[in-house]
Order: sequence, then structure tokens, then C-alpha cells
Amino acid sequence: MSSPVLEVRALTKHFPVRRTLLGGPARLVKAVDGIDLAIGAGETLGLIGESGCGKTTTSKLILRQETPTSGTIRFEGRDIASLKGADLMAYRRAVQVVFQDPFSSLSPRMRVGDIIAEPLEIHTDLPHAAIEERVGRVLELVGLAPDVAPLFPHEFSGGQRQRIAIARALATDTRLIVLDEPVSALDVSVRAQIINQLEALQKKLGVSYLFIGHDLATVAHISHRIAVMYLGKIVETAQSDALCARPMHPYTQALFAAALPSHPDDRAPDKPITGEVPSALSLPSGCRFHPRCPSAMPVCSQTEPALRRREGGGEVACHLYP
Amino acid sequence: MARDAVLQVAGLQTHFFTFGGTRVVRAVDGVDFTLREGETLGLVGESGSGKTTTCLSIVGLLPRAARIVGGAVVFEGEDLTRKSQRELRRIRGRRIAVILQDPMASLNPLFTIFRQVAEPAFFHQRLRGRSLRERVQSLLRAVRIPSPEWRMREYPHQMSGGMRQRIVGAIALAGGPRLVIADEPTTNLDVTIQAQYLDLLKDIQRDTGVALIFVTHNLGIVAKMCDRVAVMYAGKIVEQAAVRELFDAPKHPYTRALLGSMPKLGSKEPLYSIRGQPPNLANLPPGCSFHPRCPDVMPRCMTEEPRDFRPGDGSVARCWLLGDVLARP
Amino acid sequence: MATIPANTRLAAERTWTGRLAALVKAAREAPLAVVVILGGLILVAALADLIAPYDPTLPVKGAEIFAPPFWMEGGSLATPLGTDFQGRDILSRLIYGARVSLIVGLMGTLVAGGIGTALGIVSGYLGGWVDQIIMRVTDAWLALPAIVFAIFLAAMIGPSMWNIIVILGAVYWTRYARVIRGEVLSLRERDFVKLAEIAGASKLRVIKKHILPNVLNTATVLASLTVGVVIIAEASLSFLGVGVPPPQPAWGLMLSEARPTLMAGQWWLTVFPGACILLIVLATQLFGDWLRVRLDPQTRNL
Repeated sequence: MSSPVLEVRALTKHFPVRRTLLGGPARLVKAVDGIDLAIGAGETLGLIGESGCGKTTTSKLILRQETPTSGTIRFEGRDIASLKGADLMAYRRAVQVVFQDPFSSLSPRMRVGDIIAEPLEIHTDLPHAAIEERVGRVLELVGLAPDVAPLFPHEFSGGQRQRIAIARALATDTRLIVLDEPVSALDVSVRAQIINQLEALQKKLGVSYLFIGHDLATVAHISHRIAVMYLGKIVETAQSDALCARPMHPYTQALFAAALPSHPDDRAPDKPITGEVPSALSLPSGCRFHPRCPSAMPVCSQTEPALRRREGGGEVACHLYP
Repeated sequence: MARDAVLQVAGLQTHFFTFGGTRVVRAVDGVDFTLREGETLGLVGESGSGKTTTCLSIVGLLPRAARIVGGAVVFEGEDLTRKSQRELRRIRGRRIAVILQDPMASLNPLFTIFRQVAEPAFFHQRLRGRSLRERVQSLLRAVRIPSPEWRMREYPHQMSGGMRQRIVGAIALAGGPRLVIADEPTTNLDVTIQAQYLDLLKDIQRDTGVALIFVTHNLGIVAKMCDRVAVMYAGKIVEQAAVRELFDAPKHPYTRALLGSMPKLGSKEPLYSIRGQPPNLANLPPGCSFHPRCPDVMPRCMTEEPRDFRPGDGSVARCWLLGDVLARP
Repeated sequence: MATIPANTRLAAERTWTGRLAALVKAAREAPLAVVVILGGLILVAALADLIAPYDPTLPVKGAEIFAPPFWMEGGSLATPLGTDFQGRDILSRLIYGARVSLIVGLMGTLVAGGIGTALGIVSGYLGGWVDQIIMRVTDAWLALPAIVFAIFLAAMIGPSMWNIIVILGAVYWTRYARVIRGEVLSLRERDFVKLAEIAGASKLRVIKKHILPNVLNTATVLASLTVGVVIIAEASLSFLGVGVPPPQPAWGLMLSEARPTLMAGQWWLTVFPGACILLIVLATQLFGDWLRVRLDPQTRNL
């Protein structure tokens, strides 16, 4: 794509686990192990995977809450690890996050208007009146009336709080929002509201999203492209409709098989895959998925497959597709 | 009572009394349904719909501030609402089992798996020693826990979320229940683990003929697991139907809205979003509780609470829209 | 457009008079006895000059020494609760003593709370070696027995009401530091704090806007429970002679002066000051308990 907003190359994050009492070598949790991502302007990249896949760590690395063990993250061409001072503040201004739990993302003792104004107060010297006006405008953008600004978070429902969180993320001229399971904690009837709102905002403002989720249907709906993660690696990426039409990696296929049907007649005939995600401390040899893979071949336990091009503008890492 | 009906709930009303009794919340306001042997009923609703309170009312595990104020819960021919806590304790865990959302809330972190799974068999069936050990192992095998002989010596914190939930299932089955109430048991589980667990539940139900009430807000689970569905809103059942009828021909606007708001794999159609917020149970609007959010609202809906209508395909819906089409209640 | 929850209460909170009205309304919810006792004591202390019948430091003209309370033989309504070994009116001394107990109690708690909360926040939020140092200091401080330490300090810098306040503050800050630090440790992990950090807020800003307002509840409850402790500490210091210096009356001092009379039968010299100490500590403890239940969103509606 032409000059992506966010570009991640060979990103790796290892967490050392304490040494044994006898001073053996520290073991490593390879939370993220060499991944590449790219998000274009006005685009949504969906990141899907189950517990232990590394999607949360990836978002922390992008938000600079953790530093990578190796690899680079480039935002609008610049390596974020090297940003300092005013440049770092500019990065924080342009990249925001919305978390899963609407009940703990808003300071309980701050008024909603102040919560949304905070990024503006940190990053700009705008006078009070200008800030108030901007807060009002951004509240309207997310579908709330500007005069709710003096209220406290506990006066609002879960869905409304997520809107406030989104409003805060948009207060400054944000170019990328990391959305970490933003609708998982919401009631079903409210989820659609928020998803529609996010899509409308993207069309209007051209902001990019990194949408992290575990529900395939939701992620596929809102994302233009999807990346599937397993145990710290990306196993497949593709455009959303291409992935849904033809998931190639066995893990992706397992996710699709495990997805809940949308009609009683769609009940999947195949049994879901067995076993659980292995501990990140003792990774399987070769392809990390091979112990659970129904199509495993001898080579799978020996060498890790590399990412190869697949149809629909993506890649897949599997020995089935050399 | 219908033949081979396991549970019959009629006109159940449970209210919460807070602020010293000055504020009454009608959490469950006239709920009727029947459950037959081997059947799975999906109880669908969002937060505040009353689905969890309904289940707690059935087994008598209501919090201090809540009371059943009306209706009957007939299980195996007896009205549970008229029983004392002592009598209910003999039924709970043995004839009726409950599986909750958070397995760590059901498992005691201080006791081994063996001790916890053995408890119902120890107390209710009075098994001891070797027969008890074998029973625990067979229960663990039934829920597909690998290597049960040494797993049962472990503690809950040593197991993954999916395994814990399966152990909770084993405990639930240990007493040989006729009815299992599962309240959102898979909400905290990974997608593939959820799929395994749901398949397990289905297999167990097929083998033991247990009746299952599955409480969820997720229509996908309903599509996968349930034979019949009851959709709850603001403490009332607004629609009840066989699962296929519900998905093919939903009668109540709320049901239609819920179905429309589900993202479907492979489709980018904009989602239908219900306007407004979930209702405030302490301050319900007059007439039909759903009317402020209903896309098909009529003047009558704002003043008169609708009654049940039966369109003839076995479904029941509480909506005035059906009143014009059919004259018979 | 989403509907705004109708809430006129919020409009009131913005004005000064609105806040006062809210406070009065909240006070009505508190248990009646507690409000009456505390309110009464505060009024008595504030209006001491007006309501005390006599000067508490001078003997009452025409009264006997060791006069008993008025309902006993030998007592008189002029000195309703009796007189002490110098002939000073007990009632007046009790009234002025309330002032000392309340002022020292409240101010001492404020000083302790201020120091403790500040250290707790810094320690909990900054972590690292700052945390370690502050916690070791706290441990060391806690190892010293409070009253003995207070006596030592009083002996060092000399007794006076303000010195005592500072001393008690310096002795009792440790329990705040620990509790607040614990609360800050859990607050630090909450989403809204992380969000502020991600948005680029400076540490100072996070502390000021996010951490401090959220520990105030705990700090307030802790304060209301500490007031009792501080009052007893002050009474103990006065009892031992290193508290507020005479002739300023203090309840503890009255107890100390009355010690020789315990066996002689002049019970009113010990019972009344003792009862006052009991009353004020009980009232503040009950108030603190009620406050704790009311401020905790989970228990407030039961």
C-alpha cells in the first residue's frame, strides 16, 4: 500500500521469566515473535486470535507501553522507538486507544467534559472556551448531546461510556486508534450501534483502526484486512472477504469452524479442534500449531513455515502451501 | 401439567427491594415457560432483562434484597417457591444443577479437584473410598478431562479456564440432575474452547437426557444449542418459539432487532442498531416496555401493556402488532 | 442523538449554595445520635466563651473545693457538675476542654492525613526505589511505640497546642501511608490511569487529576476513624503531663489531676472527663463507620 500510517517489521517481544533458584538460564515467554503489520490511512486492520496469541502485547508495543526486544514500529515513516520530547508528544497525540471495559476506562471522579478535554489540555494551549467547543463537537460526532459534558461517568450506560471513550480518542487530530475488544463487554443491542458509529467516523474523518477482537463475525465485519495470530506469530493475513471466502491456514479454518452459526441450520458438521493453546513457555518445535493441526505433516514439526503470498492480497504461513 | 415436562414456570414474579423497601425493581414480571426432558431452552436477553434472576428464582438462590412475590415453579410435580431453604438444598446440586459464568466463582481454590467433584456423590449418594474415586474419574472422563487420575489431585489454579468450566460441569453432573441451568458459561472462554465446551454439553445431554436451560445474550449460541427460545426484555418474556421459527419468522420487534444486529460472517451489510438504551427497571415506561425503542411502535403500545398472542406456529409473542392480525388470544 | 439522563442534581453541584444544600441533605441521612453528639460537641467547643458559666482556670468565688454535682448533698446549681481541688467549675472546664480535644483531634488528623496521603501516593505511584525508601521509613516509624515517641518529641520541642498537633501528626501518619499506597497500587493498574499515561499526561497530572480524587474517599474514612485515636493520644499526653500545658483545661489533664481523688470518693472529677472522652471517640468512630458504608458504592444502597 502507499505509505502506510503504521508499519511494523519483525516485531519481537520476549519476557524473561525468573531464573530458578539454582541460577539456571532465564526462560523466555516469546509473547510476540517476529510479526509484520501494515495499516493504511482510513483503513481498519483486524487482529484476531485467542488467549496467549500476543495481540494484547502487540497493542502495548504500538502504544509504547512496552519496548520491543527487537524489530521496528514506524508511524508515518518514523521509528517510534526513537521519538523523544515534542516528537513523542506528537505521537501520543496522533495515536489513541479504546479499551474493552467501559466501566473502568473513565475516571469516576471526573466530569465527562473534562475527561474528553484531557488530551487537548495536555497537547495544546487552546483557551478554555475553545476546548469546550471542541469537546461539544466531538460529543456530537459520537452521537451524544454536547450538554452531557458536566455529567459524571456513572450516569451513563455501558454503550454511552464507550462512546465517551471514543470521543476522547478523537479529541485531538488522531490518525490511528487501537481498539482493544471495544464491544465485547457491551450488550448485544448496543454493539451494533458502536460498530456502526465507528464505521461512520472512519468514513468521515479518515482515521485508521487497529481492531483487536476475538469474535470473528464482528472483526470480519468492520475490518478491511485481517491478521490471524497464534502463539506470537501471524499465521495468515488477507482482505476480509477473501479470508472469509477461503481461509487457508488450518488454524484460521478452526476459528471459522468454531464460530457460532447465525442460523440453526448452519450448525457446523465438523467437530471443533481439540486441545488447548500450549503454554508460551514451551513452544512446540517447527510450526507452532502442528500438535493441534488436523493436516500436520512430518515437516511441520521440524521447520517453521514462512509467510507466502496468498490470494486476496495476503500471506499465509503453512507447509500446505509451499 | 404436560406429559414428561420437567419444569413448569407459571407467572413467576421476583422483585428487588432496595433503599429500605422504598424502591421496588420488578426484575421478573410474569414469566411462563415449560421445559421437557432432553430439551434445551435458550433464555435470551441483555443485562437487566431478568434472565439471571429467573434462574436464581428457580433454585432459590436469590440475593438478600430479592423475593419471589408471585407465581409458581413446578419441578417434578412440586412447587419450589413453597419450599424451605433446607428442602431446596437437597434438590440443588442433586436434581437441579447450576453452572455459572465464572468457574473460579464455583470452584474453591483451597480444595483439590477430587474433593470438589466428589462432594455431591459423597453427600447425596453416600459413596466412599474406591467407588467414590472411580465415580470421580468417570465424571472427569465424561467431561473429557485428559488423564483424570492425576488431574484430580490438582487444584483449580493449575488448570486453564476451559478445563475449569468443564470441571464445574462435572460437579454439576455428579448428582445426576434432571435439570441443568447454565448461565452464560462460555462468556469468558476462547472461541475454540467455547466450541469444544458446547459440543460437550450437547453430547452429555444426548447421553443423559437432562433438560437444559441455557442463559445467554448471544444468538449464535442459541442457534447452535437450543431447541426452543424465550426472549426476555425488562423482566418479561416477549417472544417464545422453536428455534427455527424464531430465526426464520421472528414476531416481536425486539427479536427482529436482535437478529438484525448480529454481524454475519462474510457479509458487510450495515448492522441494524436498536436506538435508545436498555431499560431502567426501576423506572419502566408505561404500556409496552419496549415501545421507546421500537421501530414499529403504535399509539396503543404507549399506554397498554400487550398480552400474549399465539400466531399458530407454536410461538408466543407479546406485541400489539399481532393483535390486529389475529383475534384469538 | 442519545437522550441525556435527566438529572437536576448535577446543576446544583456547580454552585456554592448547591453544594451546601447537598451537604445538609447528606447530614440528614447520618444516624441521628451521632450527628447530635458530634454537632453538639462542635457547637459547645466553638461557643465555649459564651456558654461556659465561669472562667475554667480560676476558682469559682464562693464555691467550695471538691463540691459534688448538684443532685448530691452539698452540691449546688451554681456549679452543676461540681468543683475540683482548686474550686474550679467542672462544667466550664469540660466545655473548654472540648475545644482542645476537638481542635487537636481534627488538626492532628489533618496533619497526619496530609503527610501520610502524600507519601502514600508518591510511594505507590512512582514505585521503584522511592517506594522502597518510603516504605522502609514507614516500617521504622511504626516500630516506635506511638505514645512513647510522642512523649519524647513533646519533651524535645516543648508542649503547646500547636506543637502537640504537629507531634501527633508526625506520629500517626504511617497508617495512612500504608493504606493509601495499597489503594494507589491498584488504581495505577486501572484503565483510566493507563489511558491518561498513553495520552501523554505527565506523572504530576495523573496524580493530581486521577489518583488523588480517587483516594480521597478512603482517606476521608480513614481520617474519621483516626480522629478518635488522636484524641485519645492527646488525652494520654495530657494525662502524663506533656500535653497541652495548664492552665488550659484538657480532659486528659483533668483525669490526671483527679488521680489522687479516685480512692477518696470524689468520683465526679474522673467520671465526667472520662465520659466526655468516651463520647467523642464513640461518636467519631460511629461517624467514620457510617461514612465508610455510605461512600462505598456497593453498600450504600442496602
